[in-house]
Amino acid sequence: MRSFSLIDFVSLFTALRWTVALVVLALLFGAPLALGLAMGRISRFAGLRWTMAALIQVIQSVPLLGLLFFFYFGMPVFLGIQVPALLAVTVAYTLYTAAFLGEIWRGGLEAVKQAQWEAGACLGLSAWQQFRHIIAPQALRLSLPPTVGFLVQLIKGTSLASILGFVELARAGQVVSAATFQPLLPYALVAAIYFALCLPLTLWSRSLEARLDGSR
Amino acid sequence: MNFLPLWRYQNQLIEGAIVTLELTVISALAGLVIGIAGAVALKGRITPLRWMVRGYIELFRNTPSLIQIFIVFFVLPTFGLKLPAFEAAAVALSLYFGAYSVEIIRAGLDSIPRSQVEAGQCLGLSGWQVFRHIILPPALRNAYPAVTSQFVLLLLGTSLASQVAADELFHVAGFIESRTYRSFEVYAVICAVYFAIAMSFKALFAVIGLAAFRWPRRR
Repeated sequence: MRSFSLIDFVSLFTALRWTVALVVLALLFGAPLALGLAMGRISRFAGLRWTMAALIQVIQSVPLLGLLFFFYFGMPVFLGIQVPALLAVTVAYTLYTAAFLGEIWRGGLEAVKQAQWEAGACLGLSAWQQFRHIIAPQALRLSLPPTVGFLVQLIKGTSLASILGFVELARAGQVVSAATFQPLLPYALVAAIYFALCLPLTLWSRSLEARLDGSR
Repeated sequence: MNFLPLWRYQNQLIEGAIVTLELTVISALAGLVIGIAGAVALKGRITPLRWMVRGYIELFRNTPSLIQIFIVFFVLPTFGLKLPAFEAAAVALSLYFGAYSVEIIRAGLDSIPRSQVEAGQCLGLSGWQVFRHIILPPALRNAYPAVTSQFVLLLLGTSLASQVAADELFHVAGFIESRTYRSFEVYAVICAVYFAIAMSFKALFAVIGLAAFRWPRRR
């Protein structure tokens, strides 16, 4: 047993890079997939719409912890091969991000009036050009506040990787707590660091929303 | 792939699912009480109380639920408050759900235009009557979708209670996995059970919503 020292403080902050890495990986792969899901959800083809809706529904109705365990413990056994831990975790967070962002962005796309598409068509723009130059910019503006809000959920969600042994912020807190037998200080610090990461995003999301409300 | 070895654990699965449901419903009810009280405080005139509620909301919405559960389970005992796993998880999840509920209920109340309240007062309704007949029904309808989707997120979030060894569904999964070594099958089944419970609640909420909020919308 030893007391909480500067080293522990440093170890919490160095563990933060894994939290950041997981968020970046989830967004890097999840965001393009989300865009695909959102576009599929507003597609002309009913089959595609239904498939995408079902996919999103399934992922949103399963605990994130379940996704993580399934891809970390379950998949390697099923495939019969070694799957690197980071890959398994990235797949789980990617699906999680894609489902939630996809649904948020679909909402944004659908909130843009149908007449905007028609106006684009009247100007002789192709379907892609209508999407790219008329619909997407407006939808982006509308869905930015909930997107930032989801980012907060994602940052908090990366704490679950600690359960699989990833030494990110939450896990570092556990380790320090176990080493010092003083749970209060490490957990309070971990909570404070998450809070410092998330609060600015929450406030930003709220101010974006307020600004949106005022215009138009 | 072989799901058969899991069959003999069906009783444990059902018991785990019941504990999960209990944890969800208890936390949701307690959280809603916190939400209503918090929303009333936010609408009230006592400034320090408003600040405290705001602080509570931001603190609990901007830190991970997992850390909150750990703090209740591991840190509170150092202050002499030792809670068993289920109770600790219920307290942490109630506070987490409560923080979201305050915002949802406040937004529901705020969605009623001031002019409607004034119209009620012009008709000679008392303060309570205005609240009961003018504010509450549309506020409930406006808050309902957000509350129900938050409820489903709470249901999925109760899986975190397994990390302090509360014997809910996800903890049962770990137990069965340690006995059978069938990781793939166990977690596929557990995810399916959560999916089935979540979809049942979504269907139930949709039916209740249709039945309870039938009066026409004005545009």
